[in-house]
Amino acid sequence: MLRIALAGNPNSGKTTLFNALTGSTAHVGNWPGVTVDKKEGVYKKNGIEAEIIDLPGIYSLSPYTPEEVIARNYILEEKPDCVINIVDVTNLERNLYLTTQLMELDVPLVIALNMTDVLEKNGDSIDEKMLERRLGFPVAKISALREKGMVDLMEKTLKAAQTKRTGYTVLSECVVGKAIVNAENALKLKGVNSPLFHAIKLVEKDELEVTAHPAEASAVEEFVKINCVTDNGYDCDTEAVIADARYKHIVKNYSVAVTKAKRPDGDEMTRSDKADKILTHKWASIPLFLVIMFAVFHVTFSENFLYLANIIPPFGAWCERIAELENPWLSIFFAEGLNSPGAILFYFLDVVMSTIGDGVSAVMLSSGASSWLVGFICDGILGGVFAVMSFLPQIIVLFLCFSILEDTGYMARVAFILDRIFRRFGVSGRAFMPMIMGFGCSIPAMANTRTLADEKERTATIRVIPFFSCGAKLPILTAVAGGIGILLGLDGVEFITYGMYVIGIIIAFLALILMRSTTMRGDTTPFIMELPVYHMPRFKNLMLHLWDKAKHFIQKAFTIVLLSTIVLWLLSNFSWSWEFLMEEIDGEMINVRMNESILGSLGMFIQPIFTPLGFGSQLGKWGWVFAVAAVTGLIAKENVIATFGALAACVTGAVVASETGVDEVWAMIQATGAQTPALIAFIIFNMTTIPCFAAVAAAKAELREGTFKWTLLFWLAVSYIASAAIYTIGSWWWTSFIWAAVVAAVIVGIVFYNKYADKKAAKQINLKR
Amino acid sequence: MVKLLSDFVKGERGTIVKVNGEGAIRRRLFDMGVTPGATVLLKKKAPLGDPIEITIRGYELTLRKAEAACVEIEQE
Repeated sequence: MLRIALAGNPNSGKTTLFNALTGSTAHVGNWPGVTVDKKEGVYKKNGIEAEIIDLPGIYSLSPYTPEEVIARNYILEEKPDCVINIVDVTNLERNLYLTTQLMELDVPLVIALNMTDVLEKNGDSIDEKMLERRLGFPVAKISALREKGMVDLMEKTLKAAQTKRTGYTVLSECVVGKAIVNAENALKLKGVNSPLFHAIKLVEKDELEVTAHPAEASAVEEFVKINCVTDNGYDCDTEAVIADARYKHIVKNYSVAVTKAKRPDGDEMTRSDKADKILTHKWASIPLFLVIMFAVFHVTFSENFLYLANIIPPFGAWCERIAELENPWLSIFFAEGLNSPGAILFYFLDVVMSTIGDGVSAVMLSSGASSWLVGFICDGILGGVFAVMSFLPQIIVLFLCFSILEDTGYMARVAFILDRIFRRFGVSGRAFMPMIMGFGCSIPAMANTRTLADEKERTATIRVIPFFSCGAKLPILTAVAGGIGILLGLDGVEFITYGMYVIGIIIAFLALILMRSTTMRGDTTPFIMELPVYHMPRFKNLMLHLWDKAKHFIQKAFTIVLLSTIVLWLLSNFSWSWEFLMEEIDGEMINVRMNESILGSLGMFIQPIFTPLGFGSQLGKWGWVFAVAAVTGLIAKENVIATFGALAACVTGAVVASETGVDEVWAMIQATGAQTPALIAFIIFNMTTIPCFAAVAAAKAELREGTFKWTLLFWLAVSYIASAAIYTIGSWWWTSFIWAAVVAAVIVGIVFYNKYADKKAAKQINLKR
Repeated sequence: MVKLLSDFVKGERGTIVKVNGEGAIRRRLFDMGVTPGATVLLKKKAPLGDPIEITIRGYELTLRKAEAACVEIEQE
């Protein structure tokens, strides 16, 4: 089958073209070794069958970013039958810059001129015949969005693929032209493929090329020094000369293919400019950004959509009456008011899943299955799947919202607005998106880090995402805060909940600074970024993208996550002598003897570890429940409070279940005598430790190989140290001096070590020279 | 008058005469079309004064002041 690669600038409509050509046959994977999307699909129409590979969006074939190296190596080593270079005609000059590099490769090339409809709508026109003549290879006019010109494009591609093409360059006239010819001849003798391309890269002193052909590189350098003299008499700066020559050639020969319509003076403001006037306005931009973020979370999580219940009091009263009916199907739509789309999907799935669960258990009980088997199937397996799947609707809605913001071009503006603030913490403005998404769910947030260019920055960001407390951790916060409220006799405990969020954010930023000055140290990456023209998101692109994400998530839920859930369920519901510990109380299956379970005894075993955090040995006989709750929280953070419920039943012998989980926590506080510092340390521990299995799986998929195990260790270390600090300082104020001294010592150590490392690095560079 | 791009204020225009700096940053500037001879308009600054947004070769580019300091411009 023919193999056709798509190459082009980011925002040139490459993904849209790929989706138009391949439809539903596409599948997304990773390029080996890096977390850059690799999309493949099949084009099948009019008797043509071809495999389409979507190369990453790039501006150039320089050796600096993984995307560029991937695209370059793919064309050079995998040798596709033809490369389609998609070119955005509304931005011709910069798009053709990549074309002038692609044409140097010995591979058939076809240009797809995209967005010609937008150009023509503005009254401009493009002479594609002239462009085709001057470029010397086929040019097809298309509109990827309206799927126009696809047949013509593929016919031209098919034809081009059948003839070999030898690369040529636009640089022969420039000052290094001779040097290129010489290098090309030397490489030809060596038998290198695409000698012209490699020769130009040698003249540019491209790092990858110089290491591959050291002898030729020094010969080229020598030649350039003697023969290529620039106008001002300085040494020839080949990289600058070549980039300059490319752009000059484009302006002189290709840009003239576009005829601009005369516009009345002063009418240069495009719609995009007008939108930018507000969205990146000096004062309005940050408040507007916060409003947009609030709207996203409102659409995803709110149970009082658009505050209708408050705006229209009769509707609010009606909702209250509906809530009293406790009809599960009605409660999908109405809670405190009208549910948001995200909440509707969440409750819908919840009702469907619990109906299935109840049905299965009823059938099994009536057919005389043993109680442990019913428990295993319904609570262990189904419960595990449901616990993870229940996140799916809101993850998808959240993902949809952020994809829309990304697609419209707004995300690039957010990076622009916030870069100044985030640079202080060693990350660029782009890192803010995944962090704020973390408040909803860590899983889409971790996937969103793909927009970050630098690997180290990405790793550091993924690690701190769980510290932005997600929706599933909120019940822990409110329940334990409620328990503290009763303990201290406080009325409103919201301030404790908010305080916990703030502590989580502070820990995240401290951890970022720490990482970026130690293990994840690196230069601040350049922030030289296109601000694409705003446009409406493409529905088809969005849906294909979402489907892909959902598919990944479901696969994970049914493999790693399900398996670990089942293991934990078995450990917590069986004793060492393999006795089933659940009993029926008031019509509900409750594990009243969890203290005898395998997990319970493991909990007692590790209990001393938590002593410095305030919820270890000092809490006596029942102290291990905190350890066990934290472990069950790995399945899903909701389980922390559910575990308290089961154990409260153990302690009191009766069902303790409240909507908010406060009663469960209070029962455990009474049983263990835990004090406020220990309880706060417990919250912080759960917030910052290893997140739920689903998020762990997401992190594993997004992290570079080799960093995953360190990431797990990082989460354990941060949660342990942070909780220990909070407990000890909260219990004995004078320990804050000890902590301060330790922190100061660590900072001094890092600063000195980095100075030493910098010196060493500088020395090495000098040696090389 | 030759001036650094980082010293431009909103609305100023000019022609690039030289691009300094080294390695990845310099190459990236070239690749994005920031080469001698190109005309630049400083469109706006971010709310906190940095990064900046410029119009170059018919599109919008954003870069930090530190990177803009590599670009020397003959002001119009």
